[in-house]
Amino acid sequence: MKHALLTAMAVAALFAFGARGSSASDNEITIVGSTTVQPLAELLGNAFEEMHPGVTITVSGGGSSVGISTIGAGNCDIGTASREITSDEFSRYPNMKDFVIARDGIAIITNTGNTVTNLSKNQVRDIFTGDITNWSEVGGPNASIVVVSREEGSGTRAAFEEMVLASAAMITGLAILQPSNGAVMTTVSTTPNSVGFVSFGYLNDTVKTIAINGVEPTAANASAGRYPIVRPLNMLTDGEPTGVLKDFIDFVMGPQGQAIVSSEGYLSIL
Amino acid sequence: MLHKRMTDSAMKGLLMACALASVAIVAMIGIFTLREAMPAFEQIGLWKLLTGTIWRPGPGLFGLLPMIAGSGLVTLGAIVLGLPLALGCGIFLAEIAPGWVCSIVRPSVELLAGIPSVVYGLFGMVVLVPFVRSIQFPGNAGFGLLSASIVLAVMILPTIASVSEVAIRAVPDEYRHGALALGSTRWETIRKVILPAARSGILSAVVLGTGRALGETIAMIMVIGNSVMMPSAMGGPFPGIFLSRARTLTGNIAVEINYATGLHAHALFATGVVLFLLIMIINSSARALMSRSSSGRRG
Repeated sequence: MKHALLTAMAVAALFAFGARGSSASDNEITIVGSTTVQPLAELLGNAFEEMHPGVTITVSGGGSSVGISTIGAGNCDIGTASREITSDEFSRYPNMKDFVIARDGIAIITNTGNTVTNLSKNQVRDIFTGDITNWSEVGGPNASIVVVSREEGSGTRAAFEEMVLASAAMITGLAILQPSNGAVMTTVSTTPNSVGFVSFGYLNDTVKTIAINGVEPTAANASAGRYPIVRPLNMLTDGEPTGVLKDFIDFVMGPQGQAIVSSEGYLSIL
Repeated sequence: MLHKRMTDSAMKGLLMACALASVAIVAMIGIFTLREAMPAFEQIGLWKLLTGTIWRPGPGLFGLLPMIAGSGLVTLGAIVLGLPLALGCGIFLAEIAPGWVCSIVRPSVELLAGIPSVVYGLFGMVVLVPFVRSIQFPGNAGFGLLSASIVLAVMILPTIASVSEVAIRAVPDEYRHGALALGSTRWETIRKVILPAARSGILSAVVLGTGRALGETIAMIMVIGNSVMMPSAMGGPFPGIFLSRARTLTGNIAVEINYATGLHAHALFATGVVLFLLIMIINSSARALMSRSSSGRRG
C-alpha cells in the first residue's frame, strides 16, 4: 500500500517534469531546425540569456525542413531554415511568420590532401551530378571523386541545388549522405579525394576550400556579391511573436545580434 | 473461501490482460503502419514500389529495390562473416571449454550483446571505415557494405553464439558417448554427430541473427554511406560489390522520416510494412525450427 502510493507520486512527478509544452512560457525558448543556423542560434541564445537572467534558450538541429514542419505544427518556439521558404510551405502553414536574420554563403570543401584549388561553377555542377568522376578531369590527381552531400530535407542542400545545379539536374545517387554540416565536415576532412558543401560558419582548418571562378569563399566576397552561392538564414515563428520571443527576435535582428552574426563569418542584414 | 476464489480469478484476469496487452500492441503497430502506408500502395502500386530502382522523393520516384538489395547484401555479408565465428564460439562454450574459461568467455559474449548499437556505429566509423578504405578499388571510400557487414557480424555474434550453444548442449549425451565409444575423435564427434543433431537449433540461431541484422538501423546509417543507388561492383569483379555504398530499408526510414511529408511519408511507412513482413516471416521460421529441435529427434 505504502509502496503503491510512493510509486504513484514518483510517476506523477516524472510527468510533471516532462509535460512542459511548447509555448514560450515566460522564460523558455526552444529553437529547432537548420544545422547551419544552429551554432549561430546558440551564440545568440547565450548572449540573450546573459542579458535576461532566468531565460533559457535551447537549440537543436534536424535540418531546415524539420525546422519548418516543427514550427508549422506549433511544437517549438522558433523554427530555423537556411533556404528560402517555398510558397507551398507558406500555404501549408499560413500562420508562419518569416524573419531573415542573416545571410550565409555555401563553400565547396575538399580534403586537405587534394591539390585542386579552383573550379568553375559548371565544373562544380558536373562533379556533384556525377558527370565528372575523376579529379584528373579538373586538373587534380588521378583519383575517383567521392561526393559527400546532405540529406534531402537539408536547407543547405536545397540552396546549393537551386543555385548551382541546373533545374532538372540531381545530385548523384552515389553521394555519401550525411545528416548535418558538422558530419559533412568530418567526412570530408577524413576521406581522401572527397568533395562536399558546407555553410561558411562551419569552415575551419580541417578542410580546404575551393574557389569558384577564382572567387574565394569569404564573407567579404559574399557580401560584395562576388561569391555566387549565398542564401538567407531564417527564423520562423507561429504567428506574430510576443513577449520574450519578440524580445529575442528584436535582439537578433538589431545591432547587438548582428555584431555576433558578422563575427561568426555570416553576413549581417544591417 | 469465496474471497480466495475471487482473488484467484481477479489475478488470472489481470495476468491475461498483461499478456493480451503485448498482442494488442503488436496488432496496433501493424495496423497503424499498414494504414499509413496504404496511400503509397494505392498511388505508387505495390509492384512498382518493390521493384523500382530509383528512390528520389523530390520528383516523386519511390522504388525500394536499392534498399532491399542493400539490406539483403549487408545481412548476407554479416552471416558469411559472423556465422563461422559465432558457431565456433558456441561449439567452444558447449563442448570444449572448461568451466573457468566459460566464466570468462560467456560474460564477454553477453557484454557484446549489451553494447548500444550507436557505439558500434561509432567504432565502425572511426576504425573500420578508414581500414576498409585502404583496399584499392575504384570508388572505394571506406563507407559501404563491407564495413557495415563487419559491424553487423559483430552485433549478431552473441545472438547466434548463445542460441547455438543451447542447441548443442541439448543434444543428448548418449550421442556423444556412442560416437566416442565407436572410436571417433572429439572433433569427428562434433562434426559428424553433434552438429547434425543440433542442426535445427543452429538454423534457428542463424534465422534469429538474420532478423536482428535486418532490423539494425543506427549502426548502419553511420557506416554504410546511405547512397540511393543500387549497390554495384563499379566495373570491378563481382565481390567488389561489397565495397559499394548502399542504403538499408531501416536506414531509409531513419534518414528521411523527420522531414518527409505527403506521399514521401506514406512511402516510408510502406518501407516499414515491408520490414515488418520480412521480420514476421523470419521470426515464424525461427520458432518453427526451434520447436522442431526441442521436440528432439530420436532414433
